Amino acid sequence: MGLYLLKRLALMVPLLIGITIISFGVIHLAPGSPIDMATDLNPKATAEVKERMRALYGLDKPLYVQYWTWVSRMAVLDFGVSFSQDGRRVADKILERLPITIFLNVLSLAIILLAAIPIGVLSATYQGSFFDKVTTVLVFIGFAVPHFWLALLLMILFGIQLGWLPISGLKSLNYEYLPASMQAWDRISHLILPVFISASGGVAGLSRYMRSNMLEVIRQDYIITAKAKGLSPRIVIFQHALRNALLPVITILGLSIPGLIGGSVIFETIFAIPGMGQLFYASVMARDYPTIMGILVIGAVLTLVGNLIANLSYALADPRIRAT
Amino acid sequence: MADPGKQKGKPVPEKGKEENLRRLFWRRFRKNLLAMAGAFIVILLFIVALLAPYLSPYDPGGIDIKIVLQEPTAEHPFGTDALGRDVLSRMIWGSRISLLVGFVAVGIASLIGIFLGALAGYYGHWVDNLIMRFVDIMLCFPTFFLILAVVAFLEPSIWNIMIIIGITGWMGVARLVRAEFLSLKERDFAKAERALGAKDFRIIFQHILPNALAPVLVSATLGVAGAILTESALSFLGIGVQPPTPSWGNILTAGKDNIEIAWWLSLYPGLAILVTVLGYNLLGEGIRDAIDPRLKQ
Repeated sequence: MGLYLLKRLALMVPLLIGITIISFGVIHLAPGSPIDMATDLNPKATAEVKERMRALYGLDKPLYVQYWTWVSRMAVLDFGVSFSQDGRRVADKILERLPITIFLNVLSLAIILLAAIPIGVLSATYQGSFFDKVTTVLVFIGFAVPHFWLALLLMILFGIQLGWLPISGLKSLNYEYLPASMQAWDRISHLILPVFISASGGVAGLSRYMRSNMLEVIRQDYIITAKAKGLSPRIVIFQHALRNALLPVITILGLSIPGLIGGSVIFETIFAIPGMGQLFYASVMARDYPTIMGILVIGAVLTLVGNLIANLSYALADPRIRAT
Repeated sequence: MADPGKQKGKPVPEKGKEENLRRLFWRRFRKNLLAMAGAFIVILLFIVALLAPYLSPYDPGGIDIKIVLQEPTAEHPFGTDALGRDVLSRMIWGSRISLLVGFVAVGIASLIGIFLGALAGYYGHWVDNLIMRFVDIMLCFPTFFLILAVVAFLEPSIWNIMIIIGITGWMGVARLVRAEFLSLKERDFAKAERALGAKDFRIIFQHILPNALAPVLVSATLGVAGAILTESALSFLGIGVQPPTPSWGNILTAGKDNIEIAWWLSLYPGLAILVTVLGYNLLGEGIRDAIDPRLKQ
């Protein structure tokens, strides 16, 4: 296992370098230099100020020197200072928002697993049944529905028409004055819609995957053997089939991480949740380049870490992987 | 997703057989009700987009402050927006945007993916390694982050959006084409070409590529659906197609701004996106099942 971990870590190095090169390339897509764009909007920026900033960012040096300076600062999480009014360090701004985004994504991953696996197993076990048909239709709709639109509809229904759930933020304005018992519900009720929206796509995808996986597994010889020796259908499905059908799910979860993180831009913006996605959106609208670059790199690194965890879990679950 | 490994047994069409295969494809496709429904939706949308000037009852940019935010009526079946514009007319014109973005973005993604996938699969070794590592790196970026970051540096416009969705969406195609090439280049017809001294370029693009295109067609059809979804999300966030040009996504932005008073601004454009994406998804899956029924789940 230790060797496997080392191998996986070594494979991450070229990917990390690639991520930094592409991100660095994105900065240089801009017509003119990032400095021009940052100072154009600011009438107080004189030619001298521009020159100082250019020197600070090393824009007067050759490309490879710029890249190297940028990467070495990135390595110590120094993303520079935000262009926005507050002028705070980008690293601080991201770090205070990162936990919210990670928490919401982990929560929706948990929901995806809890909902999709039973749905997939049931529709495979009772292939062609009413339940199977209904879930198949729902899955097709789940793939096609724009999530921000679903969010709007649910906000209209539960937030405005019925008034059951709050539609923005993570807690109410009068949160501090609520009794302790209501505080807990306040927190939870703010999470219901955002987490449902961010999990819905994953539930559709994973339950479909789980279903076809189960269908494949229950045709295997060892399942026929298990049935032939008179085991009850329950034991055959849950002990023999499910365990084997579950293995590839770990990989799928790893692959779904970038989509989840990317999607956080949309639902955090819609529901006004102060996470990294909302910060990213605000930075894009304000052309706050240091923050944009910081979040882009962090997002990619999070994906990489997520994939590493997925690979390691797979190796823990399946000894055949460790051997190769 | 289609597992390319399962297609190894697929026969390479010869000249005489090609007609038969096409007829076989149609026979299977016609029998698939869902696929036909998808095809119907897609054709209908083409017609709507083409005939937009004749179909839309009002000028999509026609402002009328007397009928601001009016509920659906007989005159304005989908209601009016905050500037008194007819929502149905704006949606009809918006279908052009979706179609354009879907096809151009997927066209760009397919060209890049086919080219890089073909090179990787045909040459193997370090070329393959280099290209596939590049694919891995691109896949590390949450696509939506990458698109937003690029949009922040360029101006948001419909052309930039199409190009950006294209250049961030080619990785799947590259993997598919590579897998096809890996098996096809070992076939006798490819070996014969090599033995006859044909140039690599000719073998790749004239002989192997036509045989590798079937899965690309499937993924391109599904890709149009994805691109339409991405465009609508970007326009919704205000960084895609810019008003006053109507797109389904930016009508939804107006829906969000007036969420407490005008539900019709939110409902109808979203339904249009849902039906469109569903249509392309059904069509794509239908094509896949008709090409190779063994892949059917």
